[in-house]
Amino acid sequence: MLRRIPPCLRQSILTSFSASAPHCGVHLPEPGLSPPHALLQQWRLCSSAASPDSPPPSPPPPSPPKVPPLTGGRSTVSSLNPSEVAKFAAIAETWWDSEGPFKPLHLMNPTRLSFIRSTLCRHFRKDPFSSKPLEGLKVIDVGCGGGILSEPLARMGATVTAIDAVDKNIKIASVHAASDPSTASIEYCCTTAEDLVKENKQFDAVISLEVIEHVADPLGFCESLSALTVPNGATVISTINRSMRAYATAIVAAEYILNWLPKGTHHWSKLVTPEELVLILERASISVQEMAGFVYNPLRGEWSLSDDISVNYIAYGIKKVETPSVEPQSHV
Amino acid sequence: MTPACASAFSTLLSRGRCFPAASRIRPLVRAFCDAPPRLQDAAAGVASSQDHAEKADDVKARPDELDIAIVGGGMVGLAVACALSIMPLTKHLRVGIIDSNPALKSRNYLKKDGTPDSRVSTITPATISFFKDIGAWEHVQQQRHAFFGKMQVWDYTGLGYTRYNARDVGKEYLGCVVENKVLCNSLLLRLQEEQGDIEKMIYPTRLMSLSFPSKSRQSPTSEAVSSGQTSEESHRSNLVKLDLSDGHTLYSKLVVGADGSKSNVRQTAGIKTTGWNYPQNAIICTVEHSTENDCAWQRFLSSGPIALLPIGDNFSNIVWTMSPEDSLRHKSMSPEDFVKSVNHALDFGYGSHPHTSRLDYYMEKLFSDIGSTAASTKECFEVPPKAVGVISERMAFPLSLKHSHDYVSKRLALVGDAAHTVHPLAGQGVNLGFGDAAALAKIIADGVSVGADIGDITLLKRYEKDRKAANVAMAAVLDGFQKMYSVDFGPLNVLRAAAFHGAQYISPLKKNIISYAMGDTKWPLFS
Repeated sequence: MLRRIPPCLRQSILTSFSASAPHCGVHLPEPGLSPPHALLQQWRLCSSAASPDSPPPSPPPPSPPKVPPLTGGRSTVSSLNPSEVAKFAAIAETWWDSEGPFKPLHLMNPTRLSFIRSTLCRHFRKDPFSSKPLEGLKVIDVGCGGGILSEPLARMGATVTAIDAVDKNIKIASVHAASDPSTASIEYCCTTAEDLVKENKQFDAVISLEVIEHVADPLGFCESLSALTVPNGATVISTINRSMRAYATAIVAAEYILNWLPKGTHHWSKLVTPEELVLILERASISVQEMAGFVYNPLRGEWSLSDDISVNYIAYGIKKVETPSVEPQSHV
Repeated sequence: MTPACASAFSTLLSRGRCFPAASRIRPLVRAFCDAPPRLQDAAAGVASSQDHAEKADDVKARPDELDIAIVGGGMVGLAVACALSIMPLTKHLRVGIIDSNPALKSRNYLKKDGTPDSRVSTITPATISFFKDIGAWEHVQQQRHAFFGKMQVWDYTGLGYTRYNARDVGKEYLGCVVENKVLCNSLLLRLQEEQGDIEKMIYPTRLMSLSFPSKSRQSPTSEAVSSGQTSEESHRSNLVKLDLSDGHTLYSKLVVGADGSKSNVRQTAGIKTTGWNYPQNAIICTVEHSTENDCAWQRFLSSGPIALLPIGDNFSNIVWTMSPEDSLRHKSMSPEDFVKSVNHALDFGYGSHPHTSRLDYYMEKLFSDIGSTAASTKECFEVPPKAVGVISERMAFPLSLKHSHDYVSKRLALVGDAAHTVHPLAGQGVNLGFGDAAALAKIIADGVSVGADIGDITLLKRYEKDRKAANVAMAAVLDGFQKMYSVDFGPLNVLRAAAFHGAQYISPLKKNIISYAMGDTKWPLFS
């Protein structure tokens, strides 16, 4: 359908995005701009723990560890300082307490993973009955938080690199992953997608869940994700729709009725609709193949995949081989 | 992309507005909604490329580390192991069974010509299809088992009776009576086929103690880190530690408590139970008839129900509930007296036969007008075949209803009697246990498919939710029956009889009761 859109219109649509945010690259949590996520606000609270407006629900964070400056690129946390590890272990407890504040996220995780599993199995022609279908694939989790998605990916056999711009998250994730041999191989780095692009890193699959709505420049971010994906590789992105229902649940309910989040946490205008996402990804040489919505059943307390993409949704696309062009491309 | 999407886009573009939120992009393919692989597929065997990788895993795996430790190698514990071993997603898991029972060494079919053991189970069609799914049913078929297609239930007041027939619900049989040791043996043989060598899997010893990861189990503690704990120790602190009576220690990601109603595992985990003891004991034994019995019989006496279940050839199994004093007397009396007592209880003892009465006449008239009488409505009351001898020792055991508050906790799941004990009056206990085994194995497979930690509480809670409702409902129904018959009071007797008549004549209700007892439906009345 995209090829039906007149080039001039597409041009204007796409430039209207980049114009709003001249700086390319990942821009992780702005202060006070914690995630507009209906039921996943805690995830955001923690991953944007740098924000003074939204203290994490965990015990007060320890004094800032000596972190190599983010601009300095990667700080691979392989050699852990025992005293720091101990401090972060206490916070990891909150991240990984499946009955704790992150419970909604833990509940949603299997649903996200079943989408990723089935799309990647088909994309890479892997045996869906295998217990480790992602074996042999290099996968990156961009914006990994405490590693809630990275660990299952590693158990499914993938060679996982996981990055987050918040150093504390990386430490929590590293400590937790080390306690299980099947996840100890995950390479956690405190860095940004943009920096990895500069290092010419590439992955078979690039996964970035619940991140794009927080970046200043979605197009630049998607271009980074695209650059990290090998040609014909897979990209998976999930986010929240800019719909009336999302407004009602993520902003009105979460901030004003339930007081789960400080008022003003969500910026309505930063949310991305599925149509926008498809166009942005198209511009970044990724052609979207599938989309699905997540719906929450409060009675059963379970999430499931559905056609309803009006609130939470996930998209999977293929990195195109040809060079990106503004001209509409014929694609399958 | 679809034309619908294209038109949505052109609409929004023509309005000159950027991206109203309303339009939808439909998924192109929806294969991600794939149901998890079913057991049948698994049994068919899916050739997988993972075998190679699994071997590599085994090499680096430490011998004292398991993925799943099943405590108790009874019918339900073995069923869990068997179900896990045949599903493609779970067959790579390292499973251990801890049980010192020497019966687990058996590797051959049990002879059909011996005396049937008195411990038998009445398994429902639902359980039979589970056994077929996991490939164990063909082994049961090679050993002694007895299908029955008819069932007669009546009460001692002589006012009511009902006969169930499999053809009322369009089935060939209502259930099958199988000795427990045959069920265990079939599961072991099936496990042997899948695993090659199950000696490695079975730990012929007892569990001495069990320690679950502490609260801060998810990550190394500060002491652990600062004391230079190795990565091996840190990851073991995240596992359940099992000390065995032979001096070995095992570490496991998940412990399955399948160790019966007095579950040691449940007590160690500090999980409380609710329940009460019935003021009754059950006596079980095997009796012989002069002809073959092909019907299951159950009569409600004021002291409790007595059941006569066909077990093949001319043998039947007796399950007779009575007061503890009576049970002692019946246990110690001479075999001749016991046989006499059984025949008495199944015939004229304690009250007359149900007979056609005015009530029947009106009932029949009423329901034939409605035109919904079940096929077996017209079937007459029959007297069960006489026992001619008791050929096994008589065993007595107390009855109780017990329900565990939780079926799961971090790295723990309870199955079968460890989670729930019900009144044995309809032989439902073990069927609920097999239901647990099937559900737990499926949840573990679901977890593996999405890369979950199999001891994760969020995952295990799904098993609890699946099973609790089914088990509580059945326990309540059976408890209600027990209570209903523990009172001998005129008006209540008439009501009970009316209920029997209702069950006999109201066809849909009868069908539902049969389906529920066969493990098909969720609830006998509202389906």
